[in-house]
Amino acid sequence: MTKKRKRKIVPRVGMPMRDAVERGKIFSEVALGYEREHAVKEAKRCLQCKKDTCRKGCPVEVDCKKFINLVAQEQFEEAFRIIKDTNSLPAICGRVCPQENQCEGSCKLRPTGQPIAIGRLERYVADNFYARNSCEEETGFMECMLPDESLKVAAFGAGPSSLTLAGYLAARGIKVTVFEALHEPGGVLVYGIPEFRLPKSVVKREVESLKHLGVDFRCNFVGGMSVTIDELFSEGYKAVFIGVGAGLPRFMKLPGENLVGVYSANEYLTRVNLMHGYKFPEYDTPVPEGKRVIVVGGGNVAMDAARTAYRLGASKVTVVYRRTKGEMPVRREELEHALEEGIDLEILASPLSFSGDEHKNLNKVVLQRMELGEPDASGRRRPVPIEGDTFEMETDLAIIAVGTGANKVLTQTTPDLKLNKWGNIEADSLTGETSIANVFAGGDIVTGAATVVEAMGAGRIAAKEILRRLKPEAVQE
Amino acid sequence: MINKILKKRILIPDKVSELTVYAPHIAKNARPGNFVVLRLTPTGERIPLTIADRDPEQGTILIVYLVLGKSTALLDTFAEGDTILDLCGPLGKPTHITRSGKVLCVGGGTGIAAMHHIAKGNYEAGNQVISVIGARSQDLLLFKPELEKISAQVLVATDDGSLGHKGFVTEVLKKYLEDNNDVHEVVAVGPVPMMKAVAGVTAPFDVRTIVSLNSIMVDGVGMCGACRVSVKGETFFACVDGPEFEAAHVDFDELMMRLNAFKSQEKQSMALFEKRQ
Ligand SMILES: Cc1cc2nc3c(=O)[nH]c(=O)nc-3n(C[C@H](O)[C@H](O)[C@H](O)COP(=O)(O)OP(=O)(O)OC[C@H]3O[C@@H](n4cnc5c(N)ncnc54)[C@H](O)[C@@H]3O)c2cc1C
Ligand SMILES: Cc1cc2nc3c(=O)[nH]c(=O)nc-3n(C[C@H](O)[C@H](O)[C@H](O)COP(=O)(O)OP(=O)(O)OC[C@H]3O[C@@H](n4cnc5c(N)ncnc54)[C@H](O)[C@@H]3O)c2cc1C
Ligand code: SF4
Ligand code: FES
Repeated sequence: MTKKRKRKIVPRVGMPMRDAVERGKIFSEVALGYEREHAVKEAKRCLQCKKDTCRKGCPVEVDCKKFINLVAQEQFEEAFRIIKDTNSLPAICGRVCPQENQCEGSCKLRPTGQPIAIGRLERYVADNFYARNSCEEETGFMECMLPDESLKVAAFGAGPSSLTLAGYLAARGIKVTVFEALHEPGGVLVYGIPEFRLPKSVVKREVESLKHLGVDFRCNFVGGMSVTIDELFSEGYKAVFIGVGAGLPRFMKLPGENLVGVYSANEYLTRVNLMHGYKFPEYDTPVPEGKRVIVVGGGNVAMDAARTAYRLGASKVTVVYRRTKGEMPVRREELEHALEEGIDLEILASPLSFSGDEHKNLNKVVLQRMELGEPDASGRRRPVPIEGDTFEMETDLAIIAVGTGANKVLTQTTPDLKLNKWGNIEADSLTGETSIANVFAGGDIVTGAATVVEAMGAGRIAAKEILRRLKPEAVQE
Repeated sequence: MINKILKKRILIPDKVSELTVYAPHIAKNARPGNFVVLRLTPTGERIPLTIADRDPEQGTILIVYLVLGKSTALLDTFAEGDTILDLCGPLGKPTHITRSGKVLCVGGGTGIAAMHHIAKGNYEAGNQVISVIGARSQDLLLFKPELEKISAQVLVATDDGSLGHKGFVTEVLKKYLEDNNDVHEVVAVGPVPMMKAVAGVTAPFDVRTIVSLNSIMVDGVGMCGACRVSVKGETFFACVDGPEFEAAHVDFDELMMRLNAFKSQEKQSMALFEKRQ
């Protein structure tokens, strides 16, 4: 048998980056994005496979093969339309999706280690062909339908799930009002993910384009408190979508966890991002200061907190994770960026207790050494403590990023809503409908903390079902 | 217009004022014990203030603030006709009010305003309200006339003895509990040391005692954990699990130390604000 000659692997076109030393001090975006020639060159690497597995890898099934081909031919506007067909927030997804587990993870070139940089291409197209007209962008028509004021739909929470739902319905003539508890729409995109990874201007642009479509945003309205589902139905709303996310930070129930100096990643990031605390005292919200910082966790949230602390002047930032580097759920690119910037990793370790000085200010953490044991339900090897093997680290700021649970404000005031044992809302996977008729839910409040694109997918499923019920003549598929 | 200040009543010049704010959706749904979170300017922070009263017909809520630092000092520059940029509420679990009989409502300092709404809720539920209020001196006592309308009795303590008992509210409270054995519940709102002392006083009397905790908050809807407090060794978020808790099991010392977490930055903010004024 003749051996197949190994095809020469053309490496991916690299992404221009802000220098690691320079960016360590500032909040400007790290990944600068492709230039036109990078994008075209990268797109030309695509094999245009007959069985385009990349598409199946995408939770919203972007037609990657087709749009990449259009980029290779420099037809950016067409490419944009193909992406927008199924993905309503491509400038955001191109930046924050874990592509290595999705489209790029399913790319035929993946085994070579050089899959097509689909995320970077998506971002290039979205950033550079930003439609002149939000209506056209959603529907392909230049003129938008005026929303029919008698077909009113409400959404709770202004995260990616609700934004997607609002865009889909508004473009099809349905009046959507989004009620958001915080003073700005965007959900995690504005309060959680830092500026250096996702500029707030990108999120604002998406929100503005929804306003163009006639979507109303009512900030400072808490579903279940400022306005209830019953009130909305009696005011003539025909359907309600719940996209309130999984924002309740988990703590570890360890001694000393309430000391001054121990924060949830959500608090830390909210102070910095939503409240602009990194510009204190120009902005009023203070951010806890720390020189020797530890961050507990291994996901995007942990890495975002660590890189933020570093930018705010910490001299040493250590991410403590109980498994090993390969098991960290963080987006690969972010882990690489963090390491380049000088973040330390302490793997196979987990905090046992925190202690403080006489003013109860944190000054030390005791950690437990771990090893990997048998695989657990998730298929990953379970971290088990090594009896007696503990060590200490001096620290004046500890940030806990070990996950979040379901937001409870709405669910606790809406007793008819059926929840699962973790407090997440039960919703039909095909329609998004909850135990209350015409009340839908999607995103992290249903699945638990997941990803932006999955939340968008859920928003789209519910939007389609709502459209089918309210305006069957507008359903295309 | 929504969030507009319709009326400002100065209760203690440069220190405490009461604002009547137009916010119909909050007025409609607010219940005793609820609070709002507000933000005054695009660079401002979010601060929680208790809803001291509401008028669903007029669509208004009442808030009473004590000037302590930058944000409350800034709020004090707002006048009738001005609009609060962001006003979010009602937040927190409302006071659990049942028709129980006699309820002792204890208020200290600005806490008297917050306590007023709870006392009123109890009155409206048919309970007999005994109000116990305290301040440094007579002219710093808030809401006395309002409380007199709904209370069977208003007992007063002042530090300087200018009105009522000379000393602390807790002394009045203790005496009342010794003399009367028909009290069903004690509710206390005020500075943390006062609430801690109330917990100490009522402990031997076996009477349900509720305090309203004022921990530092950011979002006020359960997403940050800044407001966490320890009750019976367990961590709760004051904004969504509270702000009211059973006094006996609250770790007041931890609360006090957590309230001091940002002291140096708060000073810096205030100094900058005063310089620019
Ligand atoms: C720091 C951080 C980094 C992340 N990084 C990534 C990443 O790189 N890639 C990725 O794919 N995913 C990432 N994620 C996860 C992703 O952001 C979420 O899965 C996604 O945002 C969920 O969207 P959602 O629509 O369900 O709700 P959310 O984005 O959580 O938004 C919910 C909104 O509802 C509001 N709300 C809550 N309660 C109420 C109420 N009662 N009434 C009205 N409004 C309410 C909240 O204020 C919030 O604005 C990250 C998450 C965090 C925290
Ligand atoms: C549920 C609740 C209800 C409240 N109700 C009232 C009320 O009706 N009237 C009133 O005058 N005050 C009330 N407070 C306290 C009020 O929120 C603080 O006095 C205010 O935030 C101080 O802000 P500042 O910028 O003026 O002062 P700062 O100088 O910033 O702070 C002074 C002190 O206030 C506390 N504080 C600071 N920031 C916050 C914050 N974001 N949240 C809570 N406390 C903070 C800290 O202990 C701090 O040391 C309440 C607090 C809570 C939690
Ligand atoms: S699997 Fe990879 S190479 Fe094949 S079409 Fe998709 S992106 Fe191109
Ligand atoms: S204030 Fe953020 S959780 Fe309570």
